Amino acid sequence: MTESVPALETRALSKAFGGLVAVNGVSLSFREHEAHAIIGPNGAGKSTFVNLLTGHLTASGGQVLYRGGDITRLAAHQVARLGIGRSYQKTNIFPTLSCFENCRLAAQSRLATSMRFLRPASSYREVSAHAGAALELAGLAARSGRIAGTMSYGEQRQLEIAMVLATAPAVLVLDEPLAGMGKDESERMVALLKDLARRYTLILIEHDMDAVFAIAEVLSVMVNGTLLESGPLEQIRASKAVQDAYLGDGAEAY
Amino acid sequence: MTGTVPRRLAVVLVVLLVALALFPLWGKAVFAAKYAFLLQKLTGIMIVAIMAMSLDLLVGVAGLVSLGHAAFFGLGGYMLALNSPQYEAANLWLVLPQTLAAVAVAALVVGFLSIRTSGIYFIMVTLAFGQMGFYFFNDSKLAGGSDGAYIYVKPKVEAFGAILVDLDHKLSFFYVVLGVLVGVYALLRVLLASPFGRVVGAIGINENRVQGLGFNPMAYKLVAFTIAGTVAGLAGFLAATQYGFVSPAMLSWHHSGDVLVMVILGGMGTLFGPVLGAFILELARYGLEAVTDHWLLPMGAMVIAIVLLLPKGVAGLLLQWCRKREGSDD
Repeated sequence: MTESVPALETRALSKAFGGLVAVNGVSLSFREHEAHAIIGPNGAGKSTFVNLLTGHLTASGGQVLYRGGDITRLAAHQVARLGIGRSYQKTNIFPTLSCFENCRLAAQSRLATSMRFLRPASSYREVSAHAGAALELAGLAARSGRIAGTMSYGEQRQLEIAMVLATAPAVLVLDEPLAGMGKDESERMVALLKDLARRYTLILIEHDMDAVFAIAEVLSVMVNGTLLESGPLEQIRASKAVQDAYLGDGAEAY
Repeated sequence: MTGTVPRRLAVVLVVLLVALALFPLWGKAVFAAKYAFLLQKLTGIMIVAIMAMSLDLLVGVAGLVSLGHAAFFGLGGYMLALNSPQYEAANLWLVLPQTLAAVAVAALVVGFLSIRTSGIYFIMVTLAFGQMGFYFFNDSKLAGGSDGAYIYVKPKVEAFGAILVDLDHKLSFFYVVLGVLVGVYALLRVLLASPFGRVVGAIGINENRVQGLGFNPMAYKLVAFTIAGTVAGLAGFLAATQYGFVSPAMLSWHHSGDVLVMVILGGMGTLFGPVLGAFILELARYGLEAVTDHWLLPMGAMVIAIVLLLPKGVAGLLLQWCRKREGSDD
């Protein structure tokens, strides 16, 4: 049997900001329906890598392939339209709109075009239904009418995920979904992410090791912009190089 | 922000609108000799209010602060002047579409070139384009240069050989402009409620996120810019019809700035706020001018007071009042 085409793949992907090489020749593949976590110390280039994947930054070298097609030069909205949905490390919502409207806007991106000028947006039943379903899945159904900016931090992080789900992505790229969360909020989010890992191709950037080991099947470790190692969870856990560089010596890593 | 108007406030606005529409009935009794002048004044204010609503689509909804919006207003006026035969009436059914099409193309081109910038740079680029328009009409012989040009005969509005409305008749024109004001408001409300309007409103809140969701912000901003410019052109067309005269001052950045102040004081992103802003500022100017030669001084004090006391403009105050009243009803 031939190896199936990965959902998302990078080939020697690089990004330099002036003299600083933030991502240096990273080749990784993300298989369909796999939960793949990327870990690494602060400044390892994880967020830059995500921004390259989703078109928020343009690569200095190398390629990004989505189901075999080159998407390296596509803009962020084009990448999103292909079905690669992402959440942000810093909460990135529409704070003055209701929780539901945040998701409804996200779901509206499923329309072939939103250049529609006469019919009220609220009358697009399917869009509203998708928005409602995403809120439900993210555990925010009871918060539908709340103004997003007035919700708790943890709820805003949940909304962040709900919005991505509402766009009906094939691949979920989540940039530190647990960042800054309290213990209870974290537990709820981990449960949600585990659920999502069963339904979606998941790419997860995360600092919280317990969460990563609970959710991911495949682990990649980045250090100083390069890929140190990539493989199944147990292999990485046992890897001497990874332990030396990252997992083992906490004092050095943080 | 782009939501609907609360019922209580809608009632207030409709009452104000009815009072305005009935001005020809009560105005004569109240203002006597000044009635004819005030009728024209109110017509003029409504025209500025139409322009203020169009600018609100950019400033208040899309978050695009333009200082060149008067260029489209002026272009609308000049298109009428240039397309009117010297001693005959132009046909409205021809000259109005011509004007709107020309302004739309101009707005599309200017928008295409300026929309790539944002924040202070967008202000500078629109200001520069606006001044280019000003100097184009100021320095060229095309339409009287800095002296401006007259429209001796107002456009005629005919259907099947019968005159539908005489635009030279002050009272008729008052109602035509009132109709356009209400029509433009309704049109923009429909637009804001549509999928397009929701995306434009979201761009005004968080453009980066809009793009992350899969919308191309540039496309939506460009269409919004073109629509806003075209509506400003319609207002300019009406202004030129009213005064029978166009001059480069219509395009000047002072005019853009005046209307921007109306939008901000009235309440950005609410559509009705900028209309109120236009009436408050213009009537205050008229009232103060009658009292003192130094009217700019109290006018400035008033602007500062409103900005400091009402950060969300007059509309924000009204919306707050509605919410309080609704809260006390429960």
